[in-house]
Amino acid sequence: MSANLHQFPNPLPLPVGPIAPSRPSNPSGKIDPASVGRIVRPVPPATNKVGLNDICLSYRAQSGTRLLALDRINLQVQTGEFLCIVGPSGCGKSTLLHLVAGLHHQTSGEIRIDGKPVEGPGTDRILIFQEHGLFPWLTVRQNVEFGMKMKGIPKTERQEKTQHYLRLVHLAKFENSYIHQLSGGMRQRVAIARALATEPDVLLMDEPFAALDAQTRDLLHDELERIWADTGRTIIFVTHNVREAVRLGDRVVLLTFRPGRVKSEFLIELPRPRHLEDPAVAGTARAILDELREEINRSLEAEYREGVKPRIDPQQESELEEGSRV
Amino acid sequence: MKRVARYVIFYGALFALWTILAKLKIWPPYLFPAPWGVAEALYAGFQDHTYWVAIRVSMQRVLIGYGISVVLGMILGLGVASNKFLEETMGGLLVSLQSLPSICWWPLALLWFGLNQNAILFVVIMGSLLSVTLAMEDGRKQMPKIFSQAGRNLGAKGFKLFWYILLPASLPFIVSGLKQGWAFAWRSLITAEMLYLSLGLGQVLMMGRDLNDMSAVIAVMFLIIAIGYIVDGVVFKGMERHLQNKWGLTATS
Repeated sequence: MSANLHQFPNPLPLPVGPIAPSRPSNPSGKIDPASVGRIVRPVPPATNKVGLNDICLSYRAQSGTRLLALDRINLQVQTGEFLCIVGPSGCGKSTLLHLVAGLHHQTSGEIRIDGKPVEGPGTDRILIFQEHGLFPWLTVRQNVEFGMKMKGIPKTERQEKTQHYLRLVHLAKFENSYIHQLSGGMRQRVAIARALATEPDVLLMDEPFAALDAQTRDLLHDELERIWADTGRTIIFVTHNVREAVRLGDRVVLLTFRPGRVKSEFLIELPRPRHLEDPAVAGTARAILDELREEINRSLEAEYREGVKPRIDPQQESELEEGSRV
Repeated sequence: MKRVARYVIFYGALFALWTILAKLKIWPPYLFPAPWGVAEALYAGFQDHTYWVAIRVSMQRVLIGYGISVVLGMILGLGVASNKFLEETMGGLLVSLQSLPSICWWPLALLWFGLNQNAILFVVIMGSLLSVTLAMEDGRKQMPKIFSQAGRNLGAKGFKLFWYILLPASLPFIVSGLKQGWAFAWRSLITAEMLYLSLGLGQVLMMGRDLNDMSAVIAVMFLIIAIGYIVDGVVFKGMERHLQNKWGLTATS
C-alpha cells in the first residue's frame, strides 16, 4: 500500500523564497485587508521547526475498504510561527496533529522536527486536547508537574517552574484544586500550563477552545497570544473556526475534505494584538470561508449520502494503527 | 433520624422473633440456640483468646492471598486488555473459569502444595484473582483513551505509564471489581479453613460443629459477617468516597 502511495508524483513545485515576517509587522495599528495574501512558497528549510513531507495516512474502514485520510501533506512550519489549520470536520486535521505528536504513525511520508524524523511521542511537542486531557486524580499542581516528573527533574526545580507557569495562566491560587472543581476555561488554562511546563519547542493545539463559551474563548485567545509572544514557542493550532484561525495565526492552512490535502495557504499580516471582532479579521475570515465552504458542502453531502458522519476519529487508535502497519 | 429508626425497628423485630422462637422451645436449645447463648459463646471465645487468634490468623491469610490476587490480577487484566490475541483467547477462558467455585481447586492445591498454609492461599488467590483480572481488563477498556495519550505525550512510557497513568485512571472503574474480589477471597478462605483444620475462623466454626455447640457456630458466623462488613464499609466505601471527591463523580452504587 505504502509503495503505491509513494508513486504519486509530487504535485507541488518547491520554489525557494523567504516568507514575509508576520510579527510585529504593521505596528501602526492600521488594518489593511489588502495585506492578506495567498502564499505558494514554502519557507526555506534552514529555519524550519516542523517539516511535514508527503504525509499520507490510510486506514481500513469498517466496510473493509481502505480510506485515504491524509493525502501528501506538505507543510513547513517556521520556528516561532503560529500556524493555524482549518478544514471541515472529517478532513483529518486532528489526526495530523496526532501524527506530529507521535501518537500515531503515518502510512508514508516523513515528519521532521529540527530536521530529525519523529519516531514516537516526545516532550519537545506537547499536544493540547479539545477535552483538555487533564488527569482528574491529580491536583492542578501535580498535573502541571507531571511532564517534568516523567523527565526526572528534581522536586525543587519542578515546584518553581510549576509556580511560574501557573502564574502565567493566572491560576496560582488554584494549585491544590482538583480538575473537576475548575471551570472549562480554567481547565484549558491548566492544560496550557501543563504543556508549557515541559518546555516544548512546539505546542500542538487540537481545537482547544471549541467547547468554551464565547467570552472565555476571547479571554483565552488574548492569553494564548501573550504567552506565545512571551515564550516564542512554535504553535500549530487546529480549529474549524476560521475567524479564530485568522485571529491567532501568522498563517492559515486550509485542508480539503477527505482525503485531507492542503488546499491553500493564507498569510495573515494583520497587526497584533488582534480581536475577533476586528473588521479586518472578519473580512479575511470571509475570504477563507468562501474557499472552505466548498469543502464543507462536500462534507455535508457525504454526511447525507452515508447517513453517518464520516469523521476520522483520532480516538480510534487500534483502527489507525492497524492502518499504519500495512 | 428516620433511617436510624428503621434500623432499630427492623433489627429489634428480628431479635424479638429469635428470642420468642428460642423461648417457645419448639426445637431443643442445642439445635436452636437463644441469643444469650450466642452472646455467652462470643464472650467466652474472646475471653480465652480463641477468637482473637482465629481472627488474626484468618486476616493474615486473606490479606496475603488477596494482595497477591490484586497484583497478579492487575498485570493479567492489563495484559489481556492491551493485547488482541490474549483478549480473544484468554478473555473467554477467564470468564468461563469464573463459574468454577474456588474450592474446586482444593484437591489439586493439596497435592501441589501439601497440607499447609500455601494450599489455603492458593484457593484464596483462585477465588479472587479472576474478579480482579476481569475488573482490570474492563477498567482498562472503559478508561478514556485520552489519559494514556496525554500521558505518553508528556513522556510517560513503560512502567511509568502503568504506574502513574493506567493504574490511577482505571481505579474508579475497578473499585467494584476489587470489592467483589475481596468478598470472594474472604469466602474462599473460610471454606478452605473449614476443610483444613488449622487455626482460623473456619476451623473454630468446625470445632463448634464437632462439639455440637450451635451457639459457638452462630457466634463465629457473626464474626465472619462482621469482619466482611467492616472491611467493605471501612476500606472500600472509604476508597470510593475518596475517588468520588477527587474525580468529582456523583455517588454510584
